[in-house]
Amino acid sequence: MIRWLARRLVLSLITLWLLATIVFVIANVLPNDVGRTIAGPFAPQETVDAINERLGTNDPLPEQYLRAMRNLVTFDFGNSFQNRQPVLPAIVGAVGRSGLLAAYALLLTIPIAILAGLFAGRRRDRSADRAIVLAGVTLSSIPEFVIGTFLVVVVGVQLRLLPVIARPPENANIITFLSFLAMPALAMAIVYFGYIARMTRAGTIEVLESDYIRTATMKGLTTSQTMRRHVLRNALVPTVAVIGVQIGYLFGGIIGVEKIFNYNGMGQLMLMAAQRKDIPMLTAGVIVIGIVYMLATLTADLIIAWMNPRARLESGR
Amino acid sequence: MDATATVGPVTPVGPTLRSERAQARRETLALLFRKPGFLIGVVILAMWAVFAVLGESIAPYDPFNDFARRHVPPGPEHLFGTDRLGRDVLSRVIVGARDVLLVAPLAAILGVVAGSLLGLIMGYYRGFIDDAISRVVEAFLSLPVILVALLTLVVLGSSTLVVVLVVGILFTPIVARTVRSAVLSERQLDYVTAAKLRGESGLYIITREIFPNVLGPIVVELTVRFGYAIFTIATLSFLGVGIQPPSPDWGLTVSDEYTNMISGKWWPTLFPALAIASCVVAVNLIADALQSLTGE
Repeated sequence: MIRWLARRLVLSLITLWLLATIVFVIANVLPNDVGRTIAGPFAPQETVDAINERLGTNDPLPEQYLRAMRNLVTFDFGNSFQNRQPVLPAIVGAVGRSGLLAAYALLLTIPIAILAGLFAGRRRDRSADRAIVLAGVTLSSIPEFVIGTFLVVVVGVQLRLLPVIARPPENANIITFLSFLAMPALAMAIVYFGYIARMTRAGTIEVLESDYIRTATMKGLTTSQTMRRHVLRNALVPTVAVIGVQIGYLFGGIIGVEKIFNYNGMGQLMLMAAQRKDIPMLTAGVIVIGIVYMLATLTADLIIAWMNPRARLESGR
Repeated sequence: MDATATVGPVTPVGPTLRSERAQARRETLALLFRKPGFLIGVVILAMWAVFAVLGESIAPYDPFNDFARRHVPPGPEHLFGTDRLGRDVLSRVIVGARDVLLVAPLAAILGVVAGSLLGLIMGYYRGFIDDAISRVVEAFLSLPVILVALLTLVVLGSSTLVVVLVVGILFTPIVARTVRSAVLSERQLDYVTAAKLRGESGLYIITREIFPNVLGPIVVELTVRFGYAIFTIATLSFLGVGIQPPSPDWGLTVSDEYTNMISGKWWPTLFPALAIASCVVAVNLIADALQSLTGE
């Protein structure tokens, strides 16, 4: 187990290094005059040169690369082009707020999706199964911001059930707070329902076809006993894996949702940075989300290893 | 399925074999058209394709320069109402199909061609090349696609070409991984061993022996990526870095109009949003039908 974990951690670090390298290539190697970007199209060339000098964008690329990697190791992501403040505190705060929204969405979607997946898996190829699969495919293929607009029109404007702007008042109690965040969370929950339900369904079908379930049935366990003792634990392995992966995607889709509902999180921060061409903010955002994704998949792998000892033997070699 | 058929003789694919393949393809198509999901998907997508091609000639009004009253609700004059500048929403939704249905397939094709090449090489040669590329693929997969596209489009400036390149390249790793695993199960089969024993070159085995047998997963991957490309490009346009004005692109229109929803003017946002949804759902229904066919 320790060896498995060590190997897994080393691989994550290599992936992180490659990720930072890809981001470096995008931000520093692709043609882009940083000084001109900051100073604007009408600034005199001297100003542009001075900014490039100060930021070191004229230095040889290997030197810039080493500097970037050194900064990464010390968690120094540089200063914003916009207000010259370090970008990390702003990003950490925004990731926290987006994480709250994402957790809300997952809490809404995971129980329903798992139940739907188990239900569909047990009724494979019957009409209920087909309906759940079709709903899953349909909903998970629609972009989050599109689902968000549907919710605003139907739930917010026509029915007037929930607030359409995700800005809870200061000192709001927990109920008010959750109701203000309900629509953006729901928009994401709807999109992720399909992925999770389909994985649970696939896991259930695989387990139900296995020999040990036949044994369990033949030795006289009732269906609910079999489901509880044997099916759930094994069928949820792919589900846990897909939830881990989804947490990374969640932060991609969250940008559109935050824009529609004007939620003050990572998406809004990144959009603002994009409008102001604040490249350090954007690169740091990509790397931080990459780290979040890696931690999420690592956690998922740990849970899977705990649920299914075979998994750690297989990947431990 | 027909892997065993290609093992036997050393002779290249003969006429009988080719007609057998054509027959198999016809049977696959017949099976596909019996699936209601596939049919619905094809009909919807064909409708948008027709709208994209004919565009202005079938739109009831000029989508760009015909200014009526602003925010007229849907009615007999304007079926989908008018937008914030008084332009006909229906006409703009029809012409808005054009850009995304041009850009998304190009991005999907780029990603699938590049990814298949990588996947074939990784899966066939294994060893160091496979390990090295696998790590890079892993790193790419942990990148948040929308966010990286945002960064890249800010650095390079947004244009149709850059959108195609960025989305295509971001899709390459995931295609590579899928094709690689398909190749891995093929290369253990006897026909590959036979080709190796005949002394065929790696290039020949990859292109003439393995490629035709992993074409199924590649076609599925192409439709799946096409769906994701519409998804991603619509999102990027909504975020302001995808398709640029004055295009009546759907995502862009939603971005221009969504703040008016709160005051009850939902139609300029809802109809393009429905257009995006119908388009991605159609592609995914097709992809799903293809997948269930190759999976069995």
